[in-house]
Amino acid sequence: MRRYFGRKLLIYGLTFFVAVTINWMIPRFMPGDPVQSMLSRANVAQPAAVEAMRAHYTAMFGFDLPLWQQYLNFWGALLRGDLGISIWLFPTPVSDVIIRAVPYTLGLLIPSILLSWFAGNRFGAFAARRKWLDNTVLPVGYVLTATPYMWLAILLAWALGIVAGVFPVAGAYGFDLQPSLSWGFVGSLAEHWFLPFASLFLVAFGGWAIGMRNMIIYELEADYVNYLRALGAPARLVRRYAFRNAILPQVTGLALQLGVLVAGALVTEIVFSYPGLGHLILQAIQNQDFFLLQGTFLFIVIGVLIANFVIDVAYVLVDPRTRTGMGEAA
Amino acid sequence: MRYEALHFALRNRKLVAGTVVILVFLVAGLAGPLMFDHGPNDYVGPPMAAPSGEFWFGTTTFGQDVFAQFLYGLRATFLVGVLGGVLAAAVGMVVGFVAGYRGGWVDELLTMLTNIVLVLPALVVLLIVNAYLGVRSIGVQALFIGLTSWPWAARAIRAQTFSLRSRDFVDLARLSGVRTPRIILREIAPNMSSYLFLTFILLFGSAILIAASLDFIGLGPTEGVSLGLMLNNAARWSALQLGLWWWFIPPGAGITAIVGALYVMNVGLDEVFNPKLREM
Repeated sequence: MRRYFGRKLLIYGLTFFVAVTINWMIPRFMPGDPVQSMLSRANVAQPAAVEAMRAHYTAMFGFDLPLWQQYLNFWGALLRGDLGISIWLFPTPVSDVIIRAVPYTLGLLIPSILLSWFAGNRFGAFAARRKWLDNTVLPVGYVLTATPYMWLAILLAWALGIVAGVFPVAGAYGFDLQPSLSWGFVGSLAEHWFLPFASLFLVAFGGWAIGMRNMIIYELEADYVNYLRALGAPARLVRRYAFRNAILPQVTGLALQLGVLVAGALVTEIVFSYPGLGHLILQAIQNQDFFLLQGTFLFIVIGVLIANFVIDVAYVLVDPRTRTGMGEAA
Repeated sequence: MRYEALHFALRNRKLVAGTVVILVFLVAGLAGPLMFDHGPNDYVGPPMAAPSGEFWFGTTTFGQDVFAQFLYGLRATFLVGVLGGVLAAAVGMVVGFVAGYRGGWVDELLTMLTNIVLVLPALVVLLIVNAYLGVRSIGVQALFIGLTSWPWAARAIRAQTFSLRSRDFVDLARLSGVRTPRIILREIAPNMSSYLFLTFILLFGSAILIAASLDFIGLGPTEGVSLGLMLNNAARWSALQLGLWWWFIPPGAGITAIVGALYVMNVGLDEVFNPKLREM
């Protein structure tokens, strides 16, 4: 088991290293000059002012140093928690901007991931090999997983928000409210939270239900199932055994799907102008705020790595074989 | 054997339905744009017109023909899906075959690489890359999608190769002095060709979805149209608030139909290739 975690941690460490390196490399080796694009955005006419700004931005990126020193400085700044200054919200440090947005994203992501996973697995296992349910669940599930996140979000916002007028479609709380711990504020928060949550939940739910249904059907063909049936075990017991085996690939699948789920949350936030990381990314792109974009990237990578590690721990808990070092864990 | 597969393929409702949907959209995307004498972004009609005989899907706030945009957008969507899917499948196959067949430290190294790319959230990496690109095209978009979405394919192919590696016919080829690339190409790949095809279809679908998300965030191709860009424009120019449902429903429905049809096709093909799954 120590070997299992050691390997995983090595991979995550390397991934973090690669992510930071990508983050450092892209502005430097991509075609196009970030300093130039910032200058053109500032739209200054006087040549003297342009030169002063160019010098300022070049020093800010550290472009005047040798490459290896730029790279070490980049790591140094990162370890001090210094991600630069946001241009969009000048002069707030990027890390402050991000930390303000993170709770909203987590508040959407964690419930939608966990609930869709549990509900999807339960439902998929229930539907498997039940003719009538199977014939309805399967098509619906495929349509849901094939739906782009932003489109479902747009449809929900339009149908329930604008046409029916039941839910608000923008922001995280009413524009007339100040954040406080009152019932009115919490209610408004929940009201604004529901639609983005629902659209994330639905798309992910379809995928889990299909995956689980297929796994259960596969498991019901296995030898141990035939043996149990031959012994005359009740169908419920057989299903419960199949479920315990079928859940393992779904745990691994959760780790594999994390990137897609995060991406889904980002675009959903954009649809609802929900002030999380997705909204930050949109603003960063529209305002050419590269520091903010890169800081958000690192934050998301760290979050995904932590989540992966949590799933690894969970895997050990649900699969006894990894604990005794028998099975080769995925 | 060929005929047997065809026999089951034509009788598989999922496969036939999925293929028909894909073909309809493909033909619409290829031939459809020919019936317009204006480009997808030209201002040709009255602004905000509802669907009518003249403009089948209505017009945008600026008077652009949504139906024309949709047909041109289908082209972009198929193109990015095919290019991204092919590239991802190619990288995944090379990495998977080599890692699975060679084993040893080559395998260790490639598996490490696969796992690292697997953990990195693809879309967020693509965001950073595309944000720094001044001019963005469908080709470059597909290139980067391909380079980031191959890992799970590589992992699956590696596992399959691993199980084929020690079969008798592979040993025989090795003993008779056949070179490694040839063994992989002639002995191993044909034995999992159906599997490779299924992998490609899934990569095709996911490339379309990733491209649509990128376009929606505003990092799509700088010129031209795609279904994702249509959604982006609709959201940016408040089609929702103005009630222009004909602007944002078709592009999303198009993507959903294409990707859903690919998934259903995938299940159907799986049943055709795998006799165990058939009778249901």
